[in-house]
Amino acid sequence: MSLSLQDVERIAQLARIRVTESEAAGYRDQLNGIFGLIAEMQAVDTAGVEPMSHAQDLAQRLRPDTVTEPDRRSAFQAVAPQVEDGLYLVPKVIE
Amino acid sequence: MNTIQSLSQLLAAGQASSVELCQDYLARIQTRNPELNAFITVDPERTLAEARAADARRAAGQAGMLTGVPIAHKDIFCAEGWLTTCGSKMLSNFVSPYDAHVIEQFKAAGMPCLGKTNMDEFAMGSSNETSFYGPVKNPWDTSRVPGGSSGGSAACVAGGLAPAATGTDTGGSIRQPAALTGITGLKPTYGVVSRYGMIAFASSLDQGGPMARTAEDCALLLNVMAGFDPRDSTSLERAKEDYTRELTPTPGARPLAGLKIGLPREFFAEGMSADTARAVEDAIAQLKGLGAETVEVGLPNSRLSVAAYYVLAPAEASSNLSRFDGVRYGYRTPEYEDLTDMYEKTRAEGFGAEVKRRIMIGTYVLSHGYYDAYYIQAQRLRRLIADDFTEAFKSCDVILGPTAPSTAFKLGEKADDPVQMYLSDIYTIAVNLAGLPGMSLPCGFDGQGLPIGMQLIGNYFSEAKMLGVAHQYQLATDWHQHRPALSEEKGVRS
Amino acid sequence: MQWETVIGLEVHTQLTTQSKIFSGASIAFGAAPNTQACQVDLALPGVLPVLNKGAVERAIKFGLAIGARLNRTNVFARKNYFYPDLPKGYQISQFELPIVEGGSIDIQVGEGDKAETKTIRLTRAHLEEDAGKSLHEDFHGMTGIDLNRAGTPLLEIVSEPDMRSAKEAVAYAKALHTLVTWIGTCDGNMQEGSFRVDANVSVRPVGQKEFGTRREIKNLNSFRFLEQAINYEVRWQIEQIEDGHKIQQATVLFDPDTGETRMMRSKEDAHDYRYFPDPDLLPVKLDEAWIDQVRAGLPELPGAMRERFQRDYGLTAYDAASLTSQREMARFFMDTVALAGDGQAKTVANWLQGEVSASLNRAEKDVSAIPITPGQLAGLVKRIADGTLSNKLAKQVFEAMWNEGGEPDAIIEAKGLKQMSDSGEIERIIDEVMAANAKSVEEFRSGKEKAFNALVGQVMKASRGKANPAQVNDLLRAKLNGGA
Repeated sequence: MSLSLQDVERIAQLARIRVTESEAAGYRDQLNGIFGLIAEMQAVDTAGVEPMSHAQDLAQRLRPDTVTEPDRRSAFQAVAPQVEDGLYLVPKVIE
Repeated sequence: MNTIQSLSQLLAAGQASSVELCQDYLARIQTRNPELNAFITVDPERTLAEARAADARRAAGQAGMLTGVPIAHKDIFCAEGWLTTCGSKMLSNFVSPYDAHVIEQFKAAGMPCLGKTNMDEFAMGSSNETSFYGPVKNPWDTSRVPGGSSGGSAACVAGGLAPAATGTDTGGSIRQPAALTGITGLKPTYGVVSRYGMIAFASSLDQGGPMARTAEDCALLLNVMAGFDPRDSTSLERAKEDYTRELTPTPGARPLAGLKIGLPREFFAEGMSADTARAVEDAIAQLKGLGAETVEVGLPNSRLSVAAYYVLAPAEASSNLSRFDGVRYGYRTPEYEDLTDMYEKTRAEGFGAEVKRRIMIGTYVLSHGYYDAYYIQAQRLRRLIADDFTEAFKSCDVILGPTAPSTAFKLGEKADDPVQMYLSDIYTIAVNLAGLPGMSLPCGFDGQGLPIGMQLIGNYFSEAKMLGVAHQYQLATDWHQHRPALSEEKGVRS
Repeated sequence: MQWETVIGLEVHTQLTTQSKIFSGASIAFGAAPNTQACQVDLALPGVLPVLNKGAVERAIKFGLAIGARLNRTNVFARKNYFYPDLPKGYQISQFELPIVEGGSIDIQVGEGDKAETKTIRLTRAHLEEDAGKSLHEDFHGMTGIDLNRAGTPLLEIVSEPDMRSAKEAVAYAKALHTLVTWIGTCDGNMQEGSFRVDANVSVRPVGQKEFGTRREIKNLNSFRFLEQAINYEVRWQIEQIEDGHKIQQATVLFDPDTGETRMMRSKEDAHDYRYFPDPDLLPVKLDEAWIDQVRAGLPELPGAMRERFQRDYGLTAYDAASLTSQREMARFFMDTVALAGDGQAKTVANWLQGEVSASLNRAEKDVSAIPITPGQLAGLVKRIADGTLSNKLAKQVFEAMWNEGGEPDAIIEAKGLKQMSDSGEIERIIDEVMAANAKSVEEFRSGKEKAFNALVGQVMKASRGKANPAQVNDLLRAKLNGGA
């Protein structure tokens, strides 16, 4: 398989990464190189093999339903790009 | 040679204070770091405050074995009050408001932090050239890379800027730089070290571990790092173990008698440089001399590990890195027209080229119509790769092979060729996919005087056994004691 | 052409836990912005989710209550999209393996005697985290983000497209609301957003098998809006098709001010969420012992109770349904009947649906805030049954009980509201009234029945309302007929 410029643009848009027209071709070539490396796995017959998501076959541990976290808003917002009245500010959201 | 173990003895004997040790290392950092670029952040006041606290603790008779011994931390670990960048412009202004579990553990042990070490951006890289803070230089030859992604940690230990450091390993990021800089590094079984506060690259593969001069130091440090953490759902709830328990020198000339070392034929087939092949063969001979037996084992699916890894790791990363959006912390582009523009510019400017490449690969393999062919197929291969190891461990106790196909390469040599770069992790990746423990330790030098590492791979939870084997090897050899010419014996540049 | 409406609902119910689904931050409503958003909720670098047992338990409870299949292994996945109120850039939700699959809820369709039961099938119910809130007041042309709600546990309940009218959709939503509040998995507070409805609406020509293209109306937070929005949407879709347009799949919002629906922001990547199992969370395993324990803790469910009320107490379907629309009401009813006796069930039902409900409505209060006890109401009902109180007197006692408190007997005593049942006393009053109203007596005796009522009224008035009306009737008629 091989990625087109349109593929690159679609992925970049999904990933919210601005890619200029001049960059797109470079990405396409590099990504195609990497997909070339990945391609060999397509030929392997894996019928009946259970996909492995985790290193250990364990079950999720459950946390007791208790409130443990104090209010640390001022510490957390000290590293925020833009806040006002305790809110994070972002460019206008249109629903 | 300053090891964690020897420094702890100095402190215990009252021959040095933590403040003195820290001052000494800070001075070395000041002198040598400009060339090596191993640290992103050094904060002497903060370090010395921690050292004073450690000394006070010792004076009060409340010191643990490692109280007062300094250590450097990879800049992937969130440490409260420290700039925590993960090697990225995206976090170039992020002073963490909280501590990672690993940091908490070292604080509890009373080990002062010497600084935050340089790394490939978001741990994506095998040469430390993707860092926003510039490449790290290999102390053995500053025209060469130290490996990555824990390149800063490796270089600072190899260069004597810190007695030990923390690292993380997603596809070889502790072992490969350890090999390329001539130090000892260990990636534990997945789940032994908490990932809480360790900035995620690929969640199902990431694991923190120690990087130090000896296997013994790694064992001491793993005693501090390991432990159940309820804040990480993948942290394993197991009884605390002593990773030094198999380090006791066994009397007799054949301390490894009864040990079966598996040699995967696929690792020795091709791809290794001649020097590496020779050094690994010599190490095998040495281990046999210590009483070990060798058996050939097969890891037939390991050849697929790079392909599976470059689907799974980018897929997880593409999602893990979505939180860097310029809203709550970190970099935000200075000028934007609307929300989408803000997102796209922030992420285009905040991430470097390699990170963006991997986010794009990951986005693609998860996208509609490709998920089964890539992601699910890679997870199935992951199962096959892990099953290979299960089978191999039926006939051996540890597996041995090279850590990296070659010694340290030149800065820039592979920087423009992602595929070549990815292949430098060919021997290490399968271990992460299976979730097994693995380590690298020095086993020789190539013709240019560059260190060569060999890799030990253990079965699940066999860190202590693996460390015991490495320790016996280090008692019998001195490869780990060699120091780069840059170090103090050659005189410090003034 | 005749059109058929097809509706399926997706209801987001906020679970009644103390803490968030993946962090230990509080979910209490109304806190100052971002004071209940901890490092995990803010998605600081390096943080990880750990699943809240209370959330899983409530999902199990719901699954058992609707007779669904509980997936013994269920999995959390990441739904990837960018939005400022979604701190991680993905929502942790369940996709391929939800905790609950199948099950059903019965609703009553049609009015009064023609009401029938219709079964609405459920597709699934899955656990997920809520997003934060975007505040659109103007901050220098920017939007403010409050992440207190981010990470609040939700159970999203998805129905099959089994409803055929806005009324059915409302009946289903109400039945679901009753159920989740009944079993205590959700507080049902719609103003605070604890119960939010999305409606998938399509139309098709009657007789056509295939579904039409649906549009999803998002975030309806009252039953009235649900009905209005669906009715508008159905009319709009039919008009579009009749005008020769095709319906495009879309997400729309309902504007209560205009009563219209409108397209939401164009969601370009809406159909590529790149779901994959969350590597930070392991598969959730439900063990049988836990399920059994949750089952044992389930209360009698509204449907079963409704049938029991009809069967055991002879209540009408309407009364039984009305009393079981809220668990507190049903409980109050049962407690009162237990004290008053089964024979009084109908009277108790009438009081609860009459005076009690009316008084609650006047006070704008909820059943949980009833100021009287089942004991008080039972006492009142007993005094009606034994003839101590007429209905009229009983209402006075009730009002006193409601407003001032006190036991019915004490109120009757203190206010002298006891019904007069001493026949001697009543006869004395009748004699006086007959003497004073000779004209009416004459009229009655000459055949004017109307005069009888006037005399009864005079007797009641003279007794200040306390004479037992039935006794007055009997005694008066006897005296009038008996001559003298």
